Amino acid sequence: MRARVYVTLKPSVFDPQGRVVADALVTLGYDDVKDVRQGKFFEVELSDADPATAKARVTEMADKLLANPVIESYRVEVLQ
Amino acid sequence: MKFAVVVFPGSNSDRDAFYAASRVIGEQAELIWHKDNDLKGADAVILPGGFAHGDYLRTGAIARFSPIMSAVTAFADRGGPVLGICNGFQVLLEAGLLPGAMVRNDRIKFVSQIVPVRVEQTDTPFTAACAPKQVLHLPIAHGEGNYFAAPDELKALEANRQVIFRYSSPAGDVAAEWNPNGSLNGIAGICNRQRNVVGLMPHPERASELPLGSADGRVVLASAVKFFQDLKASRPQGRTTSSPQALA
Repeated sequence: MRARVYVTLKPSVFDPQGRVVADALVTLGYDDVKDVRQGKFFEVELSDADPATAKARVTEMADKLLANPVIESYRVEVLQ
Repeated sequence: MKFAVVVFPGSNSDRDAFYAASRVIGEQAELIWHKDNDLKGADAVILPGGFAHGDYLRTGAIARFSPIMSAVTAFADRGGPVLGICNGFQVLLEAGLLPGAMVRNDRIKFVSQIVPVRVEQTDTPFTAACAPKQVLHLPIAHGEGNYFAAPDELKALEANRQVIFRYSSPAGDVAAEWNPNGSLNGIAGICNRQRNVVGLMPHPERASELPLGSADGRVVLASAVKFFQDLKASRPQGRTTSSPQALA
């Protein structure tokens, strides 16, 4: 079973890298870009488990290690 | 007294800290590998600068799982003085020994320069020999020194006088133009509630002799020596142990 974890800085935390990427996109001519938030993406392979258990375990992993709850928020998806 | 300097894979200021503690300050010091479980009777612990475990995932995020960190946490819980310098500060944040987190410098760039830093509080083991509001010229060298804490946490830090170092002008004025990384409230270093764990981004150990551009950093480790001697003097006669338990 595979799970995906998306980690991004909380909206209240300034993301200087995202800001630079947004500026670069505008420079490329994408004037409609208003903001970019950069984050991290994890794919976690798990030995077989039911989806609910998998989601609970990966959420725990995100909380303990993959994200720093002081500055980041995360979203967990379990793939069938 | 004896300093323990923890060596993580990727530490690069471990030797500087060892040199400053042993050769400059003239105290005992021992390098301790991160896989060790024991602080070898040290009276103070230094987590040095560098890129522990390559700073994979986040700065300091993996180092907190190094075996030695259980001993460091237990030592800190007993009241033992712990100093985190630069990456060592980031490790203390990730380990939850200090509140808050580090994010990228606001101007993205890695900053490497000597900056003025104002000592905010002198009642910690690493500022005990400083004058109140003393300005130290210390090198910084980091890409992620932009200190962040949620508004409530920040308010609590200020209210409890846990901000120990702040970026300032050479005259000691704190203003945005003297802030090299966007750190909230110009924070360069903080301590925990118990005041025995201190973390700072500037490198005092790299400014302990004049040929290095500044000797202002010497006072940070000299503070630990003063703190230790004061503690020893205040101890009842007959107790000569220097074990960390005695520091609690």
